[in-house]
Amino acid sequence: MTANPKDEEMVDAKLKSTGVPSEELLEKFKPPKENREQGPVVMIECFEKIPCDPCNKACKFGAVKPFDDINDLPQVDYDKCTGCGICIGHCPGLAIFVIDENYTEDSSLVMLPYEFLPLPKEGDIVKGLDREGNYVTDATVIKAKESNRKNSNYVVSLEVPKGDAFVVRNFETK
Amino acid sequence: MRIEKHPILDFDKKRQRKVKFYFEGKELEGYEGETIASALHAAGVKVLSHSKRHNRPRGFFCAIGNCSSCIMQVNGVPNVRVCVEPLREGMTVEKQPGKGELNE
Amino acid sequence: MSREFSDLEINPNELLVSSYVQGEVVVIGGGPAGLSAALSAAREGANVYLLERDDFLGGQLVKQTHMFFGSEKQYASERGVDIKEILEKKVREHDRIKVLTGAAVLGYYENNTLLAEHQDKVIKFKPQRVIVATGAMEKVLNIPNWDLPGVYGAGAVQTLMNVDGIKPGNKVAMVGAGNIGVIVSYQLLQAGVEVVAILEGAKEIGAYLVHASKVRRLGVPIYTSTTVKEAHGKECLEGITTVELDENWNQLEGTEKDYHVDVLCLSVGLSPLTEFLNQAGCAMEYVPELGGFTPARNDRFETSVPGIYVAGDVSGIEEACSAMMEGELTGMYAAQSLGYEDENFWKRANDARAELTALRKGPVGKVIREGQQKLFQKAKCKGVV
Repeated sequence: MTANPKDEEMVDAKLKSTGVPSEELLEKFKPPKENREQGPVVMIECFEKIPCDPCNKACKFGAVKPFDDINDLPQVDYDKCTGCGICIGHCPGLAIFVIDENYTEDSSLVMLPYEFLPLPKEGDIVKGLDREGNYVTDATVIKAKESNRKNSNYVVSLEVPKGDAFVVRNFETK
Repeated sequence: MRIEKHPILDFDKKRQRKVKFYFEGKELEGYEGETIASALHAAGVKVLSHSKRHNRPRGFFCAIGNCSSCIMQVNGVPNVRVCVEPLREGMTVEKQPGKGELNE
Repeated sequence: MSREFSDLEINPNELLVSSYVQGEVVVIGGGPAGLSAALSAAREGANVYLLERDDFLGGQLVKQTHMFFGSEKQYASERGVDIKEILEKKVREHDRIKVLTGAAVLGYYENNTLLAEHQDKVIKFKPQRVIVATGAMEKVLNIPNWDLPGVYGAGAVQTLMNVDGIKPGNKVAMVGAGNIGVIVSYQLLQAGVEVVAILEGAKEIGAYLVHASKVRRLGVPIYTSTTVKEAHGKECLEGITTVELDENWNQLEGTEKDYHVDVLCLSVGLSPLTEFLNQAGCAMEYVPELGGFTPARNDRFETSVPGIYVAGDVSGIEEACSAMMEGELTGMYAAQSLGYEDENFWKRANDARAELTALRKGPVGKVIREGQQKLFQKAKCKGVV
């Protein structure tokens, strides 16, 4: 099963009525295992066909393929993705994350967009939250910097326990 | 009720000059250029008038000058939509009794 | 740097400025559609007057802190507030555009006369073409006590927060999970205000799902098939009672729930601001998919009154990217109808048209497409276009 679903039927009932994707839906959008094992790689949690394509323009490595139709879901060439995270600050839906599953032996790194105050500092311990805003685990802030676009978009890198790499998508400062 | 620090917007740029104004005889403070409705709201004033027939409290609703829920008397002039009227030094703002009268 | 409005010799003792201002294109409304229309008409060669009733240009853009969707042409991933700066700069620097803010258009009268009020004077225009880009306003929800201070349109709350930096209250309930409802909820959180719940009467979320996901991971619950039954409070809002709905939007007894909130935000749809069009005698059609009464028009955005065009939300509720593209197109068509047509004109117009069509092509554009089809059918039947 390709990790680049095109079908508009991707939007399942749970997502449509709660705003939270089901586990089954998320599985279809996870980067392929080989790419995850090699290093940091992007995960674009964009499940719905909407008129939007800046992720393609943002990627310097051509990892987000050009759009045939502006409403298409982003198609990722994971072999080209270096996990640099530049695209994170460009997505208007704040739907792009970068996961480094094997950051260390027992932890993963999650890079996510952040538009709140206070901005955490490197070394801070924060509360890692899941897609429903529930507390999952404590996380360590490895990096917190303004995205290179200078439009008040911050990209924060959080170190989380290995099993939570695909669960933590937000955080709360303590 | 004022937002001091915001992740995206810089309000210090807008808040250049603090000015005094008067609401129902009481002296209040606001920033020149913000709307009268904003200045009142920041000062805790949410009730801008009472309806003519049933005396129901009224505040603003649309805040872009369309619905006329926010009309008050400003410097003696009636029917001023305070949600779009910029605050100036020394303004007197009053709840409007009834439909207001135009003085020639 | 703004151009001086020096065409007029204003006698301070005169209420009605006696001389007419001859204009090629007059654009009413300085929001994204109006700014785009002014720029494209001027680019094609026409002289443009841009009249905006507020003291500032930008319309809804001035309070939109979120990044826009669409493509490069619609400034994708730029924030609304930044797009406002970009467009305003282009407009004010253009030699063929004269901007008048604080100018409310009063109406359109016999002999092609358009009146506008500016600094306590009435100015008479004789426009050859008029582009109406007056936008829309919030709908209301008639529940008991909806008139209490504390019950505000979502746009109002957005204005208060993002323009003047005032918190609307401490605890907010949002009605409506369309784009405006979820975006304003997110912005309330950015302003440090608690959002206790987003209530949506339909079974499904109407907003782009990425917007919904954003607020969900901030811990804000979205309750579908739920609406507000009643608001409570004496001098101001103190709380609300919600109730669940069945498939036919009937209230389910026994499902009531109370919340203590001091702000109830209504985000239940927009209606086009069509007073000018009504007064000018344009044929209007009732199309629920487009927000209510919308002007009958042809595919060049011209209404049933020759020379009057429409662009943006006033021609049907949609969103900012389409508003900018509609503005781009109407400015072009209005200029072309005055004779401004170089050899590449139609290529540019068709490209812009293709961009607009692409924005609406996907599943989220379904309602708009249906609404527009209805509108054109009705207009055709009446022979207005």
